[in-house]
Amino acid sequence: MMELAVSASTQRSITISLFVVFVLITLGITFWASRQNRNATDFYAGGRGSSGLQNGLAIGGDYMSAASFLGIAGIIALNGYDGFLYSIGFLVAWLVALLLIAELLRNSGKYTMADVLAFRMRQPPVRTAASLSTVVVSIFYLLAQMVGAGTLVALLLGIKKDSTFLGMTAANAQIATIILIGALMIIYVTVGGMKGTTYVQIIKAFLLMIGALLMTVLVLWHYKGNLSALLGDAAAKSGKGGSFLEPGLLYGKNVAGNATQTFYNKIDLLSLGLALVLGTAGLPHILIRFYTVPTARVARRSVLWAIGIIGVFYLFTLALGFGAAALVGSAAIKAQSASGNTAAPQLAQALGNEFFGGELGGVTFLAVIAAVAFATILAVVAGLTLASSSSLAHDFYANVVKKGQTSDRQEVRVARISALIIGAIAIVLGVLAYNQNVAFLVALAFAVAASANLPAILYSLFWKRFNTTGATFAIYGGLISAVLLVVFSPVVSGTATSFFPHQDFHWFPLNNPGIISIPFGFLCGWVGTMLSSEKNPAKYAELEVRSLTGVGAN
Amino acid sequence: MSTQLDPPATTDPDSDAYLTVQASPEFVALRKALRGFVFPMTVAFILWYALYVILSAYARGFMGTKVVGNINVALIFGLLQFVTTFLIAWLYSRFASRRLDAAADSIKANFPSGSVR
Repeated sequence: MMELAVSASTQRSITISLFVVFVLITLGITFWASRQNRNATDFYAGGRGSSGLQNGLAIGGDYMSAASFLGIAGIIALNGYDGFLYSIGFLVAWLVALLLIAELLRNSGKYTMADVLAFRMRQPPVRTAASLSTVVVSIFYLLAQMVGAGTLVALLLGIKKDSTFLGMTAANAQIATIILIGALMIIYVTVGGMKGTTYVQIIKAFLLMIGALLMTVLVLWHYKGNLSALLGDAAAKSGKGGSFLEPGLLYGKNVAGNATQTFYNKIDLLSLGLALVLGTAGLPHILIRFYTVPTARVARRSVLWAIGIIGVFYLFTLALGFGAAALVGSAAIKAQSASGNTAAPQLAQALGNEFFGGELGGVTFLAVIAAVAFATILAVVAGLTLASSSSLAHDFYANVVKKGQTSDRQEVRVARISALIIGAIAIVLGVLAYNQNVAFLVALAFAVAASANLPAILYSLFWKRFNTTGATFAIYGGLISAVLLVVFSPVVSGTATSFFPHQDFHWFPLNNPGIISIPFGFLCGWVGTMLSSEKNPAKYAELEVRSLTGVGAN
Repeated sequence: MSTQLDPPATTDPDSDAYLTVQASPEFVALRKALRGFVFPMTVAFILWYALYVILSAYARGFMGTKVVGNINVALIFGLLQFVTTFLIAWLYSRFASRRLDAAADSIKANFPSGSVR
C-alpha cells in the first residue's frame, strides 16, 4: 500500500510538471505570436502564412480530440471492433473536405464559414444563421471536451473519491480543472489569435503522434509483430471471445426477441455512420483552418498532410485499443472508468512497467501520456473558442450589427471580447455539468454540422439557383431538427444512461439524429430556394470564377 | 416568402468580367474537368463507405469470417477503407496538379480586369 501511494504521487508530480512545461512553452509562443499580430488577417487567419505541413499538423491538432484519443481507444478496449467504426468515419470524412470544399472555400472566403455562405446572398439573415450554427456546434463540442477534461483529471492524477489533492476533493479538482482549461484557452485565443492557436495545435499534434507511435510500437513489440496474436489475446481477455473482433457489441446490437429494438439499433448505426462521414466538412473550427494558408493549392496540400497524419493516428488507436484490452484487461479498465476513457493511459503504465524498468518506468510513461491527453484537450478547445468568437465578431458584429461599416481594429477587439464571453459561458456550463455524461454532445455537434452547415456550403458552391431563403432554411432546418430529435431521444431521457435518467419524455427511438436531420437539412435548403424568386447570376459568376481559379482571393 | 428585398445590386466593375469569364470555353472546360472528377469520386467513396457500414449492421456472419489467424473480414474491410481514402486523396492530388492547376492559373492570369489582384 505504501509503495502504491508513493508511485501515485510520483506520477502526479511528473504529469503536473510536464503539463506545466507544455503550458509555459505554449504561452511563451502565444505571447511571441501576439507581437506579430498586426491586423485582422493575422488574428483570424494567422496572416495566411502557414505552410502545407504546418497547417496539416494544425488540422490534426484541431481534429484529434480527447474523444478520438482516449474515447476511441476506450471503446475498442471495452467493446472491441465497434470503436474502429468511429476511426473509419472520422477519416473517410476528410475526402468530402478535400474533394468538395477546402480549395473552393479558401479561394472565395476570408475568415469564416459564413464568408462563403453569404457571398451571393443578403448578408444579415445568412450571416446571423451561420453565426448561430457556428456557436451552437462549437459550444456543444467545447462543453464535451471541458467536462471530459474534468472527469479525466481525477483519474489521471489518481484522486480517489475519498482522498484529497492539494486540499481538494475529486469533485473540486474536476471543477478547478474546467476553470483552468477554460482560462488557458481564453488566453491562447485572445492573446495569440489564430497564429498562437495554430502553434498550440502543431505542438500538440506532434506530441500526440509521438506518444501514440511509441505505444503502438511497444504493443507490437510485445507481440513480436504478430497482429493475430494481439487480437487473439484481446478477445480472450475481454471475456467476449470472437465477437470482440466483430462489429455488433456496442452498435447495431441484436436484441433477442425484440425485432423492433434490433431494427432501431441497426438504423441508429447507419445514422451514426452518416453523421461521422458528413459532419467533419461542416465543422467551423476545421473550415477556418483552410484560411491560414496563402493559396488554394497549399490548402489542398494541407488536407493531404492532414489525411496522412489523421489516418496513421487512427491506425495507432486500433493498436492502443486492442493493446489495452489484451495487456490491461477490461476489468482493470472498468475499475477506473466505466466508459473506458482511461484505457490508453493505463496501457501506457503497463507498457512502461514492461519496457522502461519496472514500476517507476510505468508511472513515468503514464504521466507522459496523461500530460499529452491534457495538451490534446487544450489545443482542441482553443480552436473551438477561436472559431466561435471569429464568427461572432466577423459575421454577427461586423456584417449584421454594423452592416460592414467597422474597422479591422474594432472587429478584432470584438473578437477578443467574444472569446472571453464564449470562454466564460463554456466554463459556467462546464462547471454546472461537471458530473454529467455529456459525451453525446460530440455526436450532436457532428450531426448539426452535417445537417445545417454542410447542405448550405455545398449548395452555395455548386448550385446556381441557391439563394438567401434557401441558405437560412437549410441552416435553421438542419440545426433545429438535429437538436430537437436529440432532446426527444433516449440520449436525453428514458434510460438509465440518459442525461435525465429519472425522467422519460423521449419519443424518437434513435440516439443519432443524422439519418433524418441530414436529408431534412438538404430538403429545407431546396424548398427554401424554390419558395423565393431571388436570383443573382452575376454574383454566382463571381463566386464560381473566384472559387475555381483564385481570382481576387484574399 | 418572396417578399424579401432583392440582394443589393452589384456595383462591382468586375461583375461583367466575371460573367464573361464564366461563359468562356476555358472556364467551362475547367469546371467540367473538376466536376467530372470530384462528383463521381464522391459518389463512389460514399457508396463504398455505406457498403461497409451496412455490412457491419446487417452482415455480421460475413464480417466475422476469419481470413488469416484472428484477422477477419471486418478488420480487412475497415483497413481497406483507409487504403481507398489514401488512394483517392493521392489520385485527386495528381489529377488536380495535372489537369486543373495550369488551367486555373491561365484563366487567372488573363482575367480581363486590372482592379482584381
